[in-house]
Amino acid sequence: MGRPALFAAALAGSGLAAPGPAAGEGDPARGETLFRPCAACHMIGPGAVNRIGPHLNGILDRPIASVEGFAYSDAMSEAGAGGRAWDDTALDNFLAAPRNYVPGTAMVFRGVHDAGDRADLVAYMDAAGTPDAAPAADAAPSPEVAAILALDGDAAYGAYLSSECTACHAAGGSDIPAIDGLPPELFAAALVAYRDRSRDHQVMNTVTARLGDEEIAALTAHFASAD
Amino acid sequence: MGVSRRVFLGTAAAALAAPMVVRAQNRPRVVVVGGGAGGATAARYIANDSQGGIDVTLVEPSRAYYTCFFSNLYLGGFREFDSLGHGYGGLATGGINVVHDWATGIDRDAKTVALAGGGSLPYDRLVLSPGIDFVEDSVPGWSLASQNAMPHAYKAGSQTELLRAQIEAMPEGGVFAMVAPPNPYRCPPGPYERVSMVAHYLREHNPSATILIADPKESYSKQGLFEDGWQTHYAGMIQRIGPDFGGGNVEVDPAAMTLTIDGQVENVDVCNVIPAQRAGGIVHAAALNDGDWAPVSAYDLSSREDPEIHILGDSAAQGAMPKSGFAANSQAKVAANAIVAALADGRAFPPRFSNTCWSLIDTDDGVKVGATYEASDEGIVSVDSFVSQIGESAEVRAETYRESLGWYDAITADMFG
Repeated sequence: MGRPALFAAALAGSGLAAPGPAAGEGDPARGETLFRPCAACHMIGPGAVNRIGPHLNGILDRPIASVEGFAYSDAMSEAGAGGRAWDDTALDNFLAAPRNYVPGTAMVFRGVHDAGDRADLVAYMDAAGTPDAAPAADAAPSPEVAAILALDGDAAYGAYLSSECTACHAAGGSDIPAIDGLPPELFAAALVAYRDRSRDHQVMNTVTARLGDEEIAALTAHFASAD
Repeated sequence: MGVSRRVFLGTAAAALAAPMVVRAQNRPRVVVVGGGAGGATAARYIANDSQGGIDVTLVEPSRAYYTCFFSNLYLGGFREFDSLGHGYGGLATGGINVVHDWATGIDRDAKTVALAGGGSLPYDRLVLSPGIDFVEDSVPGWSLASQNAMPHAYKAGSQTELLRAQIEAMPEGGVFAMVAPPNPYRCPPGPYERVSMVAHYLREHNPSATILIADPKESYSKQGLFEDGWQTHYAGMIQRIGPDFGGGNVEVDPAAMTLTIDGQVENVDVCNVIPAQRAGGIVHAAALNDGDWAPVSAYDLSSREDPEIHILGDSAAQGAMPKSGFAANSQAKVAANAIVAALADGRAFPPRFSNTCWSLIDTDDGVKVGATYEASDEGIVSVDSFVSQIGESAEVRAETYRESLGWYDAITADMFG
């Protein structure tokens, strides 16, 4: 696959661009505020476990795709091949444009444009999530998501329902993230998070408000079978 | 229908070749009139969902469809004109017969569609998605014959290019006038997004120019957001005359380039007349209308006059959904599901609809309004809704604009393949 090569090229190229500020230069207090949208998917600090995204304790200099029990995308796993770690520069580049830096990442986030904001975020993550705070990895989905994943989703119903998704989500889309190929547990967890508004987005909150567990299971089954 | 014939032929010896031929001959036929947001979507979904079990023919005179949605962004300089155009190759590849011709009439008893080029197309179900026509004499002094002097640019294509050229040619400090339409009309925020985009262009190229809107409506879609945005970005440039001050009492003179509002004559340099609208002509020719629009069932978009004809998008009087490309796309999927269920034993699922309309006010200042809908005996009704808020951060507005770009790519792919 071309992904490790792309990633390696991005890493090599990052030396040419203005390097991201070191974590020590950022303002962790500001970073805490900036982290709020991240918290919809990532936990950090004492008691943090894997949710939609892996926990971020010890993220600085942590080997890429190394949290046990988390189902990383193929792209992220390949990016971590050879023991590469999230150093300052890699984190900065990834946060700037996740889908450019690790094409194929399952992280549904456009990126942080301002370099100062990124430095603040990294400073916060470095301060809040010491490696010691990391508990045993817990990849289990929440009980609500697990209950949905346990349903026998009706893929044909899901195909019908998915036509509401495809009005905005195109395969390979980036201005609105592509949703094809997401792991089922990520996909279901994201819809649940939009439905209970722990994740904010006007359109997605409205669309998911009328999805019952049966509908989410059906959509999950459809998108899993569509790969 | 085809079963007895299939059994009969099945007894013949030519077992290997026969099934395909028989299937092709006996497939139920759906004709779709209109290759825009509703028609193209319906054709694709019927062909896909029936897995080739239904013979789908799309009748559309144009070789390429230029989307009315996003055409304002071209006027503002945010998009190239060519980016609005979409061909029908994707539909043809998907197994749809694309016929470039005008549908001139419908024989509802014989169940055939007459074509301007001669001949007729038989159907088992017919889908009409002809968009809008303009109501004659709705703006005194204006007719289609004057659309070059005073463009409507409300069906995208050469009209859009013409309006852009006229804006570019405005004299320094000139006046851009718009005659806004009465409800209901295509794309409720469209005229006001257009004003925003023209203001953006003029601020860059002709900053002393002004914009005058004559509007018969008390209020309009996203009004607070637009007026707040105009105050922020284009202070002093835009004047809107509502019905209280005679904005509904207008007359134009295309030869003299004047717009008369409540008796007061204004000399204008560009006059964008967006007339009152009604369902596309084929709806009226087939007597499927009640007044200007075509009443339909909310459950499958079938005509109240003829259950074997489904009417989508702008032409339909369906209830609470706005007339938008997004809505037409959404309605097409519900109609397609019902048609495949009726003709090809597909599974029927409960109707559900949604819509979001994005508008751009200035660079990276996007706003949106949207809702989810369901069917009722009275028509399509709203379930839940949202709208952008005044005072949102620049980042949220920029994100909303980027989202609209993603939506455009996705929905045009959903429509045209």
